[in-house]
Amino acid sequence: MSPDNYVYLAAILFTIGAIGVMVRRNALVAFMSVELMLNAANLVMVAFALARGGLDGQVATFFVMVVAAAEVVVGLSIIIVIYRTRRSTSMDAASLLKL
Amino acid sequence: MITLTTVAATGLFSYSWLMIALPALAAAILLVFGRILDASGHWLAVAAVAASFVVALVLFIQLLGADPEARSVAVPLYEWIHTPSWTIAAGLQIDQLSILFALLITGVGGVIHVYSVGYMAHDERRRRFFAYLNLFIAAMLTLVLADNYLVLFVGWEGVGLASYLLIGFWQHKPSAAAAAKKAFVMNRVGDLGMTFAVMAMLALFGSSAFADVNAGAAKLDPFWATAIGLFLLLGACGKSAQVPLQAWLLDAMEGPTPVSALIHAATMVTAGVYLVVRSHAIFEAAPIAATAVVIVGTVTLLVGAWIGTSKDDIKKVLAGSTMSQIGYMMLAAGIGPAGYAFAIFHLLTHGFFKANMFLGAGSVMHAMDDDVNMRNYGALAKVMRVTFLTFAAGYLAIIGFPGFAGYFSKDHIIEAAFDLNVWVGLCALIGAGITAFYMTRLMLMTFFGEKRWQPGVHPHESPWVMTVPLIILAFFSVIGGVLMNFWIQDWLEPATGAHVHEVSLVPSLIGWATLAVVAAGIAIAWFVFGGTKKIPATAPASRNFFTVMGRNDLFGDAVNDTLVVAPTMAASRGLVAADRTLWDGAANGLGVLTSGVSDRLRRLQNGQVRSYALTMTAGVVLVGLVVVLVQLG
Repeated sequence: MSPDNYVYLAAILFTIGAIGVMVRRNALVAFMSVELMLNAANLVMVAFALARGGLDGQVATFFVMVVAAAEVVVGLSIIIVIYRTRRSTSMDAASLLKL
Repeated sequence: MITLTTVAATGLFSYSWLMIALPALAAAILLVFGRILDASGHWLAVAAVAASFVVALVLFIQLLGADPEARSVAVPLYEWIHTPSWTIAAGLQIDQLSILFALLITGVGGVIHVYSVGYMAHDERRRRFFAYLNLFIAAMLTLVLADNYLVLFVGWEGVGLASYLLIGFWQHKPSAAAAAKKAFVMNRVGDLGMTFAVMAMLALFGSSAFADVNAGAAKLDPFWATAIGLFLLLGACGKSAQVPLQAWLLDAMEGPTPVSALIHAATMVTAGVYLVVRSHAIFEAAPIAATAVVIVGTVTLLVGAWIGTSKDDIKKVLAGSTMSQIGYMMLAAGIGPAGYAFAIFHLLTHGFFKANMFLGAGSVMHAMDDDVNMRNYGALAKVMRVTFLTFAAGYLAIIGFPGFAGYFSKDHIIEAAFDLNVWVGLCALIGAGITAFYMTRLMLMTFFGEKRWQPGVHPHESPWVMTVPLIILAFFSVIGGVLMNFWIQDWLEPATGAHVHEVSLVPSLIGWATLAVVAAGIAIAWFVFGGTKKIPATAPASRNFFTVMGRNDLFGDAVNDTLVVAPTMAASRGLVAADRTLWDGAANGLGVLTSGVSDRLRRLQNGQVRSYALTMTAGVVLVGLVVVLVQLG
């Protein structure tokens, strides 16, 4: 099979995710956009794995998923803590980590 | 001539290292144990030097009893440096020359120690003073007893250190601190010559032992013989305060008076003469270097005497006189085999009478509340009977009054100088006349004439610890000449290769001429300063060339300043400026640049997550573009 269509889809998803991270202020939405990018990458890997008939890409996808899950746990708890203290999830407001 | 052979040390000789070790140990104890020894330490120091003197005396008597062939004893101590190219053994050489020096150093040095007990009685740092004195003695003994030039150099530097510590002993006086520094630095110039000489010896002979150098000197290339000779002369000039390295000696008077006596009579300045005589084989192989020694000696004997005539500071007159007398010794040492014994002879008699007069001057200063200006003295002969009589003995010895010590030793040098060259002889003869003039002037201004004492000064005779040393030294100032006149040439012949001259008690023609010149010097001094002549409280202004030159030490300091100090200062100022502008500028500029760039870069860290995301995306796109372009290319 040809992976072309999967790659196009992944590219579209990744672009949506990247633009989402750059454009949206809401931390939760940015977070979802990040997930979108990760999954776009997963999709590409699975597609190529299928095309080449190997399993490496699929195994790698599992790693990405595990890491994403762990990242969600940490990331969401940080967002919750920020929300509790500042009553807002705006990323622009939380800009204290600078010199 | 007796050939020089060296026999191995046996019996008492194997203990000769004790001579050096005892004062060194005493110095260490005095410095380490601190205040515990404040009350008694000085006697420990005196005992150490006395013990050294006893060892030296016993060894001397042993040598006297030995066959002339067996009078040079080598005492190996240990192997000091071992490299594939050189093996340097530290050892002592007890021979006719070194034992005489050891006796002079420990004998006169010991007497000066005793004197210092009284002189420094009220100084709260007396213990430290005695520690330094002992260090001085130990270093000087190392210098003269060493059997090779490298060990000699250790003593040489030790003497430099001790003189620095002692000249600057009253360090609370800026002038004393400056004088100590000056002495140290000028000595370093001489030491440079000394190190060059030792390095040349190691390169040419593969050894710095006296025996090897003496054996190899005759076969040496004339160029290298001359070079080594001149290097040694430079070293000798530094230590012995010969022109052109003479300027430190007059400033060295800032030290306590016993130090002056020690430096001028028993140690330090005699080292240069010792070095030249010890290296006679080199100088015999290098006539140019030997001539240079004669010239340096002749010039210094006149310069020193000239300075002596125009100083009002009693110690500076004596300092000028030391320069002058050491000049005589250098002259004699430069003459060659005919002069070596006379150089050492004069050195020994000078050791007696100069120590005597310095200690006498100290006694006078003690009585006059540490005033050194002779214009404030006068009429002390009756008040200070012992000091006056002993000083008079030294005075008669230095001017060469018949029968006194200096008469024999100096006349021989003048005669030898005439044998060498009429002009050199004439210079030496004139020097004797000037010596008589300034010493008579010193005597008249100090002990005779009217009382010109400052208000509140009540002169008194010094305590016995100070007068007994004076009496001992005066005794030797009187008989030292007769004692050694007929003996010293034979004695020194094997060690120096000196030619024995017939000497007699009846003056030769030159002897009579010398006596006449000396009498003229005394007469002129009497005419100017004697009798009831008024001596003004301040030195009269003068435009006389000789007076102005003399009062300013022949502008020795000015010459040094213009030739050495000013260029060095200018160079160092230039370097400082270059350092500040060039190197500091480069380093600081780099820092300013980095911090400026960082300041700009810092603005990128604005805390906005979305802008970071933008940057990252832009970066990824950029990398992607590059990859694509590379692929295409």
